[in-house]
Amino acid sequence: MPIRQQADTKIWKRRTTKAQFAVWFGWLLGVAIFVYCWRLISDKTIWFFVADAPKQAADMAERMVPPKWSYMEVLWAPVWDTINIATLGTLIAIVIAVPVAFCAARNTTPSVHFVRPVALFIIVSSRSINSLIWALMLVTLIGPGVLAGVIAIGLRSIGFCAKLLYEAIEEIDQSQVEAIIATGAARSQQLSFGIVPQILPAFAGISVFRWDINIRESTVLGLVGAGGIGLQLDSSISTLAWTQVSLILLVILATVIVSEWVSAKIRHAII
Amino acid sequence: MSQGASIRRWKRPPFIQNPTLRWGLWVGAAIYLSVAFGTMEINWDRVAEGVVRGERFLAAFFPPDFVTRWDSIQDGILESLWMTITSTVIGIILSVPVGLGAARNLAYKPVYLFCRGILAVSRTFPEIILAIFFVKLFGFGPFAGFLALSVGTIGFYGKLLAEDIEDMDPVQAEAIKSVGAGWLQWLNYSVQPQVMPRMIGLGIYRLDINFRESAVVGIVGGGGIGATLLTSFDRYEFDSAAAILLVIIGIVMVLEYSSGYIRKWVQ
Amino acid sequence: MLRIEHLDKKYKTGDRALKDVNLEVPKGQVMALIGPSGAGKSTLIRCVNRLVEPTSGRIFLGDLELAHLGATDLRRARTRMGMIFQEYALVERLSVMENVLSGRLGYVGFWRSFFRKFPQSDIDEAFNLLERVGLDHMADKRADELSGGQRQRVGICRALIQNPDLLLVDEPTASLDPKTSRQIMRLICELCEERQLAAIINIHDVLLAQMFARRIVGLQLGSIVYDGPPENLNPDVLTQIYGEEDWEATIEKVKEEDEELDTAALLNIAKVHPPS
Repeated sequence: MPIRQQADTKIWKRRTTKAQFAVWFGWLLGVAIFVYCWRLISDKTIWFFVADAPKQAADMAERMVPPKWSYMEVLWAPVWDTINIATLGTLIAIVIAVPVAFCAARNTTPSVHFVRPVALFIIVSSRSINSLIWALMLVTLIGPGVLAGVIAIGLRSIGFCAKLLYEAIEEIDQSQVEAIIATGAARSQQLSFGIVPQILPAFAGISVFRWDINIRESTVLGLVGAGGIGLQLDSSISTLAWTQVSLILLVILATVIVSEWVSAKIRHAII
Repeated sequence: MSQGASIRRWKRPPFIQNPTLRWGLWVGAAIYLSVAFGTMEINWDRVAEGVVRGERFLAAFFPPDFVTRWDSIQDGILESLWMTITSTVIGIILSVPVGLGAARNLAYKPVYLFCRGILAVSRTFPEIILAIFFVKLFGFGPFAGFLALSVGTIGFYGKLLAEDIEDMDPVQAEAIKSVGAGWLQWLNYSVQPQVMPRMIGLGIYRLDINFRESAVVGIVGGGGIGATLLTSFDRYEFDSAAAILLVIIGIVMVLEYSSGYIRKWVQ
Repeated sequence: MLRIEHLDKKYKTGDRALKDVNLEVPKGQVMALIGPSGAGKSTLIRCVNRLVEPTSGRIFLGDLELAHLGATDLRRARTRMGMIFQEYALVERLSVMENVLSGRLGYVGFWRSFFRKFPQSDIDEAFNLLERVGLDHMADKRADELSGGQRQRVGICRALIQNPDLLLVDEPTASLDPKTSRQIMRLICELCEERQLAAIINIHDVLLAQMFARRIVGLQLGSIVYDGPPENLNPDVLTQIYGEEDWEATIEKVKEEDEELDTAALLNIAKVHPPS
């Protein structure tokens, strides 16, 4: 207790002396770690370049305007590919994520000791690897192209969708399920009458949310050769075609804004 | 017909009432899917080849090769971790003023619009695109990656902070205002206690995200483990790649586990 | 102590919440403000400490005109007015002590309050007040661990540690059970008596208002329709304030229930806090 009696007066402090020390020590440790990390990064940085950067940035910006609008003709196909990668990838992910989620949720899994850990492992490994790394891997395995992008997005999204979905399943109102069980329903009937109606809105929300994220992610997959508008971005930057780069950035911006708008609309319609 | 009148049939009403719209959506979806698959150029020979490579890649996990490239793996991972920590700290520090300005119940209209603008811009582009430009400007190395991740953090954290402040209980805030507290005191006594627990949780979540992202900014030259990973794939050194992936998964799992623990603790 | 002249409040939505309100509350008087929901009770007291900006009119606290103060002066003026809220409005994640001390924020600088280094005199006063309301053993509990009645007591301490001249009390009993309501009302009135505070108490419960306040003001659609002692509240007046209803029963019931409940409440307090 941080209240001390001293002669007649009670002294109040926010924390006990020990806790106060712990807090100060925590801050000290945090600052020390930060300074250490910062020094290591700073050692690997050529500060001359950094000092020069504002000039470079101004130079680059100057070379970017005006965007080369005629290049748009070339860009329609990659934009279409980008949207397809996101959409098809999300579809694949949903199809796989649903059974995984049911296996991972404590209240629906067939076996807590065997199936559930496997499902959780699938979720964790899918989530911890960035879609760009998945794409990198797949490009090496099955060659560059849209297919690698679709599968990469799909693999990355399985974990995300399954995690949110199984959390939704675990949070359902159990009494509704009990009511269905009480009628003598079979397991599959319990699922379709007791559980599915409860998680359907969450499921739709998760899918749309992930689709929105996937649009953003699929714009960059081209950097490692997995199709979409990132391919053009990569080649334009490496050929220093800055007016094309600025157009591509604008197109990405527009795509992201439109996808955000669409997903907001759909979510609104569902809920 | 006479029989049909006496028997009452029931069918579950469809989700979309308007039949034209319902069928239109189905047909539209079918057309979209067929066109989408049609325009996808797939080289099936190459894919078939991939199956063989895939086997080789999977085999590389048993056992993965930590030893051959250990020096560069260690370097890359440490660099990723430094980037993660510094960019999270700096990003969060910078996002606090932006987030305060972007909360509708705190800021004046012009400030609000300005801060929302900053957040929208920093959220639109994926970190990797930012990293490409920062590499061009600041040269290869972790500094560019650090900047890209910091900007991403500002967009993410600032937006959530602003939303959290907008959702806080206005009566508690009013009470502190009514005792005659100054603006900073008001932030410290009514806003901060309300948003802090969630924001700590989100900070740790962002640390987690920044680590995953720091593993890829290396692909475009932004420092960290990504470069090492890219090299090992380019050289078809699958056993080293497997080792790197396992290290990444391991660290992410540790972060995720500890973040759950810390979040429970601050509640 | 408090003088309100021609106070008008019109919300942006076009609702005219207050119409030409004139009111004077002398030092040491506890005034109950009754009226149906939407009558403008809450708006009225929030106009006084300007949590709601009045549209026109003048408000005097002593000699100080409140309605047109700048930000810094308003802050200083607010330290002289304690406010007690309907849903307690404690900052839930701060401890009881921090909540009470937050009443002193207008008197200490930012860094002192940031490191929670309040002057010892403030801390003494906080302990005195907590002891007075019977919560000194709870000082380090977090505010969300307390029950409703306990929270409201902390809210009272927070308002009183400001050392105010005026108490603005907004529906103090709306979220409390009948017994606790009476205890809280009694506490507020006793403290006002002890410290000679002027107080405006918004309350929708006519019974409680009659029991504790010596002056009752009835507000209806933003205008004052009754101003007088509780004894003169007759069915006609209540009809004027609240609309047609059988009021005889309410008034009769007050007198009987009053004594009954009061003794019961007293007995209960004695049980919880045995006289030492």
